Amino acid sequence: MRSAAPGRLAAGLGLALLAACSTPSEVVDAPATAASAYTIWDPYPQYDATSEWVRLLEACGAQAGVKVERTGYDTSDLTNKALLAAQQGGSPDVLIVDNPVVSTLAEAGVLTTTAENRLDVSAVSPNLLGAGQSGGETFGVPIGANTLALYYNKDVLDKAGVDPATVTDWAALTAALEKVTKSGGKGITFSAIGTEEGSFQFLPWFWGSGANLTKLDSPEGVAAVTLWTDWLKKGYAPNSVINNTQTTSWQEFATGEYAFAENGTWQLANAEKAGFPYGVIPIPAKSGGPAPAPTGGEFVAIPVQEDTSRYATSQRLVACLTNGENSLKTTTTLSYIAPTEAVQQQQVAADAKLGVWVEAVKVAKGRTGDDLGTKYPKISEPMWGAVQAALSGSTPPQEAMTQAQRAAASATQ
Amino acid sequence: MALTTQARSRGRTGEPTPPRRAPRLRSGQWAAWAFLAPVGLYLLLFYAYPLYRNVELSLRDYTVRSFVRGDAPFAGFDNYLKVFADPTFGPALWHTVVFTVVSLAFQFTIGLALALFFVQNFPLSATLRALFLVPWLLPLIVSASTWSWLLNSESGVVNAALGALGLGPVNWLTSPDWSLWSVTIANIWIGVPFNLVVLYSGLQAIPAGVYEAAALDGANARQRFWRITFPLLRPVSAITLLLGLVYTLKVFDIIWIMTRGGPSGASTTFATWSYRLGFGNLVPSFGPGAAVGNLLIVAALVFGLVYVRTLHRRVP
Repeated sequence: MRSAAPGRLAAGLGLALLAACSTPSEVVDAPATAASAYTIWDPYPQYDATSEWVRLLEACGAQAGVKVERTGYDTSDLTNKALLAAQQGGSPDVLIVDNPVVSTLAEAGVLTTTAENRLDVSAVSPNLLGAGQSGGETFGVPIGANTLALYYNKDVLDKAGVDPATVTDWAALTAALEKVTKSGGKGITFSAIGTEEGSFQFLPWFWGSGANLTKLDSPEGVAAVTLWTDWLKKGYAPNSVINNTQTTSWQEFATGEYAFAENGTWQLANAEKAGFPYGVIPIPAKSGGPAPAPTGGEFVAIPVQEDTSRYATSQRLVACLTNGENSLKTTTTLSYIAPTEAVQQQQVAADAKLGVWVEAVKVAKGRTGDDLGTKYPKISEPMWGAVQAALSGSTPPQEAMTQAQRAAASATQ
Repeated sequence: MALTTQARSRGRTGEPTPPRRAPRLRSGQWAAWAFLAPVGLYLLLFYAYPLYRNVELSLRDYTVRSFVRGDAPFAGFDNYLKVFADPTFGPALWHTVVFTVVSLAFQFTIGLALALFFVQNFPLSATLRALFLVPWLLPLIVSASTWSWLLNSESGVVNAALGALGLGPVNWLTSPDWSLWSVTIANIWIGVPFNLVVLYSGLQAIPAGVYEAAALDGANARQRFWRITFPLLRPVSAITLLLGLVYTLKVFDIIWIMTRGGPSGASTTFATWSYRLGFGNLVPSFGPGAAVGNLLIVAALVFGLVYVRTLHRRVP
């Protein structure tokens, strides 16, 4: 009697285990029954099923005659998710990723080339396509681009007697910051946090000084760090920038106390809501003119599949998202600048305020361009470290950049 | 540990069963195994396998390409050597030690003081004690974000309060001299309730008669604490400190949310360094990341073994 009950239990457990074992076969069946379902992963978790973006994806799926299953992931999660999926042989049919990640995924052999998947990239501006190219191959299409510029608060500048049109080089900007500070306002806010975000914000100044990522400790590179460091020392920029993300930096600007903020296209909607008159100017280069800012925005890519016959449909999905008038719809939905000149002109015609951003995108550069590819992240990490060291006062700019160059050189060997 | 004691007690109850009822025993054994199977499977799937994978990760030379293809070459201890030689290693080790020791010391002292206070059961003491649990109940992302707002150099309340007292602002999160202390303070605040709860229940287990006897013998409050409370609380204190240690070694969220380990590595501990290596970069280096993680596991294990040893010595 005593052993009977456990025996029955054990049998029950066995059944339960059997049942558990049988579920995988059902999972295997699922794709077969829904063979027409194509999976899309994107880094836009903020858009839910009712959003314009998801409706556009569904419309493109309907056009290609397939059902679309879309999943939105957090940007920082998506790289590892994509790598893991490729390891397990479960890559999505269409993958939308942040542009500096493309070279990493390409290096991992996760993405097909445009030669394999027959995507047409001829109309795309070369400076935007650069981030998706390595070793002479192209691994995706930019879905849209954004970049950085300087937002300014008109009220604060008027009070200080600064005309934003005169801010065309570093000296003029620093002079403007001095005037603003003297008039009781606060100067400029940006993000110098110890992540890729910090490097993204620093690059316009680094490149605008004429420096090159292959030599961080060049006089030009040091000049860029010194510019930021001096702003902090003189109180033109708040000390909190060292820990600012681009969002917290924007929150500082939104208080209405700051004259300038370095931020991106994606804040335009928030700028309208800020409650003070604002404007946008390109980030000035050291000796004048707009500085090349890094391109932001995502690439649409087609990951490698075991069943290569799926590429044809995936290609139609991607083409639908990136071609002609759909590109206008996509970029408007995501509030991006289009990757092709024709659509850029349409955007400016529809909204003249985008003019500055189109100009900025034209001179922007891909971070992984210049044939850096997967070397870029290994340079970027010591670079944001050096910027933080200099801004926090623990190391002088020259020494910080020399150390960073040493670390980058040994990491990229 | 739980498994071995369970198995041992199981073996002991099995011993007196006479061998003549062998067939009965065998079916009983099957049932025993069936009962053990879920736990065993669970432990294997969710503890042993990930641990094995982490060790394996740290012994192979993973690049993104070999990670996807699963053909990473065996690299022996190369990843560990790389980690030891990294300029981040020394500071990260020091920060981990300081963060852990200072956190534990303050959490334990404050927790014990509060426990002694609350054990006197005055009106509303239960309500007050419940309030002290709030830091423990809050999700870490909420408490860490709140701390980083409080300590913001520009708009933080703490600096505003210092200013009202006529003291200059402190760059809590952005100065290399302060960032480690800031995250430590936040961590102490979060850890006090745990110490309070465990030590409070430990105090209640001390029989009141001992105190009465001591009072009759004329022991004053200080003597009662050092001669009775402290020694009798030692087993509870030991487990509190051990759990606190294991927990503090792996603290990641608070530091990451408040400073990202910065500025330029000034508050980087092994936990944040491991994350940064594995996930914080566009090109992940899983091997060294796993190696740093394993160092943390080994450290926790060593202290766990020390604890088990001292426990055995006291209870022969």
